[in-house]
Amino acid sequence: MSHQQAVIHHEKLLQFLDGLISSGKHLYAPQRKTGKTYFLPVSQSGSIVFDEIQTTLSPKEILFPKVERLLSYEQNNGTLHVIDHGTAGQMPDRVLFGSRPCDASALHTLAEFFRRDEPDAFIEQRQKSLTVISVSCVQSDQNCFCTSVGSSPGDTRGSDILLTPVGNGKYFVEVLTEKGQSLVGASGQYFETSGPFDKTKVLANIDRSFSSTEVAACLSKSFDHPFWNDASLRCLGCGACAYVCPVCSCFDIQDEGTAKKGGRLRCWDSCGFSLFTLHTSGHNPRKTQSDRWRQRLMHKFFYMPDRFGLLGCVGCGRCSRACPADMNIKEQLIEIKKTMEI
Amino acid sequence: MSSTNIYKPYLMQIEKILDEAPGVKTFRLRFTDDEEKNQFRFQTGQFGEYSIFGEGESTFCIASSPTRKDYIECTFRQTGRVTSALARKEEGDVIGFRGPYGNTFPIEKWKGKNLLFIAGGIALPPLRSVIWNVLDLRDQFKDITILYGARSVADLVYKYELDEWSARTDLKLVTTVDPGGETPEWKGKVGFVPSVLDWMEPSSEQTVAVVCGPPVMIKFTFPELLKLGFTPDTIFTTLENRMKCGVGKCGRCNVGKVYVCKDGPVFTYQQLQELPAEY
Repeated sequence: MSHQQAVIHHEKLLQFLDGLISSGKHLYAPQRKTGKTYFLPVSQSGSIVFDEIQTTLSPKEILFPKVERLLSYEQNNGTLHVIDHGTAGQMPDRVLFGSRPCDASALHTLAEFFRRDEPDAFIEQRQKSLTVISVSCVQSDQNCFCTSVGSSPGDTRGSDILLTPVGNGKYFVEVLTEKGQSLVGASGQYFETSGPFDKTKVLANIDRSFSSTEVAACLSKSFDHPFWNDASLRCLGCGACAYVCPVCSCFDIQDEGTAKKGGRLRCWDSCGFSLFTLHTSGHNPRKTQSDRWRQRLMHKFFYMPDRFGLLGCVGCGRCSRACPADMNIKEQLIEIKKTMEI
Repeated sequence: MSSTNIYKPYLMQIEKILDEAPGVKTFRLRFTDDEEKNQFRFQTGQFGEYSIFGEGESTFCIASSPTRKDYIECTFRQTGRVTSALARKEEGDVIGFRGPYGNTFPIEKWKGKNLLFIAGGIALPPLRSVIWNVLDLRDQFKDITILYGARSVADLVYKYELDEWSARTDLKLVTTVDPGGETPEWKGKVGFVPSVLDWMEPSSEQTVAVVCGPPVMIKFTFPELLKLGFTPDTIFTTLENRMKCGVGKCGRCNVGKVYVCKDGPVFTYQQLQELPAEY
């Protein structure tokens, strides 16, 4: 895989991004809306927000929308037709700009997960038409813990191009994939050649709080540990953590419409909801909020690595920032390591 | 690049509807598309997502045997939104079906053995698939015994087949109803499944036990089987966790790292003992 290095100035970067838009690419980047920051379609680069440590929602939707139509159906003269328009259409070329390395890594994990066994063509086609330009973190906050889950503020996983701000309005550019190369190659005039650069000089300093492999080892023996009871007493079961999580991929399938016409939709769901696993008979395998909180952590840090070789967390810290009950995942994982260690 | 929409159902026409018990119906479904019909294969134990457009999807096993080609059957109790909508359908109507999903009863490995089937109430359908499967290959198995219990005589499903099985000389059928569920004409046993099993005292020698029923029946039947000398790896059952996608993605049917929709629904008692108690 090509791995090229270059330097670009902020002004040139904006011109480069405007060039992508005028060449017909759909650009998504952090923008402010009602006081929050989201990845939204961009019509000119001036509206892009560069100074947020973390956007409010992750760019997960670019692969896995909150709600999407899996199919439509229509009853015509007594005959039922199922219309499969979800995967058949041409997907426009999309560019995601300004994702943090943790978010890019999460997109990679999502795409991997949905590709397993029977590939989910909805996610797969979006991933194939997407190019990811991430920006390394030179700032962090107390909720960030990427370095505890095998990543770092300058991690290249999941990015096609990674920009690292090096000061004086300049970015060190790593072109990591062919997709990245084809974007840069068509706009060579904006980039200056550069030799290697030691990113660690400028990257945010995020202390490693725990080791995810050690946590997994603790969790593998701790299904019945009393820790889970106390740990989840204040959890409201609101599902906000799953909603803001860039890796959470659980979903529901629901029909909207009448018997004559409508659609089958996929919507984000959460293992924190009691309805998630409730049987029609009234039996619920995860009866209590502590059962559901345990499932959340077990799934991310033990089941997913064990079964798929993928960690279900990238350490972005959004769940801790969003939780109205102050459930802090980083603190809980440190606690697990402490209380469950044999 | 794969462009197959894995969530798109087949359209199936309801060829026949049978009223089994109060609120319980069986549908015989045929493919509306010949090519899909010819390509479709399933094995006993597998399940599907049955759907009414505008209401949603519901998960149940395929209740017919793969040896009976050209159609599939499902049996369901009217309880929720989708099953209520299904129950309002008439012969000739078209519904959706996705599948087959999940693993299968390993009947290849059961060849030459005795088979003991134990079912309770509405849990006979998954066993009915495998029972007809082995009956259609009858000479490959030794003794076949079926113990089937329900709350009351009215709650027994597949009554017409129970008569047919009871008339056969190449299998032994014992039916029972819970105390108080009998009628004056009832000729079967009266008692709960685990106690009738205790009375039957089937041999565990070279025998595989397959148990499907409500959790309380399972809970008391497994210890009876162990007492009879069955080892946990010779006792099979199915898990019925809530599902949406059926293909290991929606995330709700897992028990530990096991996905019931991919690794199940068929498990041995030994496998269940290795799982966290979350089913």
